[in-house]
Amino acid sequence: METKRVTLFCGHYGSGKTNLAVNYAMRLRAQGLPVSLADVDIVNPYFRSKDSEEALASMGIEVISLPFANTNVDLPSLPSEVYGLVERRDRYAVLDVGGDDRGAYALGRFASYILRENDFEMLYVVNFYRPLTQTAAEALEVMREIEAVCAIPFTGIVNNSNLGDETKGADVRKTDPEAQKLCALAGLPLKMTAVSDRCAADFPPGAVFPLHLQKKPF
Amino acid sequence: MSEKVLMKGNEAIAEAAIRAGCRHYFGYPITPQTELAAYMAKRMPRIGGVFLQAESEISAINMVYGVASTGKRVMTSSSSPGISLKQEGISYIAGADLPALIVNVERGGPGLGGIQPSQADYFQATKGGGHGDYHLIVLTPASVQEMADLTALAFDLADQYRMPAMLLADGTIGQMMEPVELPAESGCTVEKPWALTGTGMKRPHNIVNSLYLVPEELEKTNFERFERYRKIEETEVRYESFMTEDADVAVVAFGIAARVSKNAVLAARKEGIKAGLIRPITVWPFPKQPIAALADRVKGFVSVELSMGQMIEDVKLACSCKKPVSLCNRAGGMIPTPEAVLAAIREMNGGN
Repeated sequence: METKRVTLFCGHYGSGKTNLAVNYAMRLRAQGLPVSLADVDIVNPYFRSKDSEEALASMGIEVISLPFANTNVDLPSLPSEVYGLVERRDRYAVLDVGGDDRGAYALGRFASYILRENDFEMLYVVNFYRPLTQTAAEALEVMREIEAVCAIPFTGIVNNSNLGDETKGADVRKTDPEAQKLCALAGLPLKMTAVSDRCAADFPPGAVFPLHLQKKPF
Repeated sequence: MSEKVLMKGNEAIAEAAIRAGCRHYFGYPITPQTELAAYMAKRMPRIGGVFLQAESEISAINMVYGVASTGKRVMTSSSSPGISLKQEGISYIAGADLPALIVNVERGGPGLGGIQPSQADYFQATKGGGHGDYHLIVLTPASVQEMADLTALAFDLADQYRMPAMLLADGTIGQMMEPVELPAESGCTVEKPWALTGTGMKRPHNIVNSLYLVPEELEKTNFERFERYRKIEETEVRYESFMTEDADVAVVAFGIAARVSKNAVLAARKEGIKAGLIRPITVWPFPKQPIAALADRVKGFVSVELSMGQMIEDVKLACSCKKPVSLCNRAGGMIPTPEAVLAAIREMNGGN
């Protein structure tokens, strides 16, 4: 995938945006690029990219997160550094956006900057095992809702279909036709298929984007 | 497209409720249960159901009271501070002998507290909460699958015993995502001759009420209700017993605390400590009998809780204080680590 300067991960909530954003930032960093990851999820109170802050920082990835993320302050506010991030041409920016149209509202204020710079990839993350996006048509509906509120057009699709810890390679492959259908409906390319590194070996090398997932204590 | 889907705990409750025939949801958003309301807002209009965001939790629970009077399956959901607001309505629903489902995805307290997970509403859920003598059937899911399964069960039990049931979850189970096999479509199977469905000029009016002007009559309803509660305590206790057969130390924990405890029990077994776990699935009725039976065999119990120690009182009562009961807890939105539970097991086993 050609690397644009700003990469945004949007989609239905629970589609895996945070895991993708974290892993994608790590991949760019591994290529030696200067990377910042911005957590602009104003919706989700738990499980966010800030959880990986230590690992990211140790790799030299700058993490910009909401001032009150992971605290008891349920206050959706965005850090001013995000403006700088989308305008700074010396760094690559990965944006972890909140789920659905509600989460994507936060992008609206940055849309004009992102569009003006015109060096972005707006990726739609889809998991066809999520109950409200089980078909291409349902996934497209959520996609259009997101575009309507944030005013940034999608440029590609990421198939991140999974069943959590129970995912097998075959489960991912089963969703290929639905992903192709969504691409056809949306008129967009499939930018990648993401799978947990536990079953990445089920695929030919380079065919999928392997995700390293955080381990849960329970 | 598939048998299994990947769901958040909150969504699993919502979808399971719809599949159980619930077409009336009244609520008010609060973290960490908001996805439940959001899911209902999206799904209910498409299936001819009602999603209504009330102006407050108090309104929502009274709307539940109204629909419950008609015999329809109905629910509300909230998190701790919102559940406190609903208590008056819950007492009225219990006093009017109506089935309904109340979901509490608990967060840290007291007061506005925080938005991280908690189990500190145990007393409120199991000992009343509102005023007067009453109980709720209280179910405590420990996985996203159980969020779905126990929702369906809660509707069935509420209908069967004509009383409100509560799903007592915590923020972590509400927010976490796991694969779920959704329960089949179902619905109410018991007759509801008391329901307000219109007389059709063929029968006398049904009256749903919790006000009694004659104290003797009010006493009689209390006695009758408690006779029903006694039967529930005999027949509806649910729990999971994990490696307790030969256990020297029995951990008692529910919900997210039980998941952490299970890992600690396995770690203790690796060290040669015979640990086991009793996981209450109903906390009212509380699994007194299995704990009483274990009291004759174990060195002691460890109560693992996301509170300052509430269920521990029921554990002590259940074992008639025959054996020591220690507390392994975190509060205010924190979760005990498997290591902390393991340390408590070691200590109860007699040190290292």
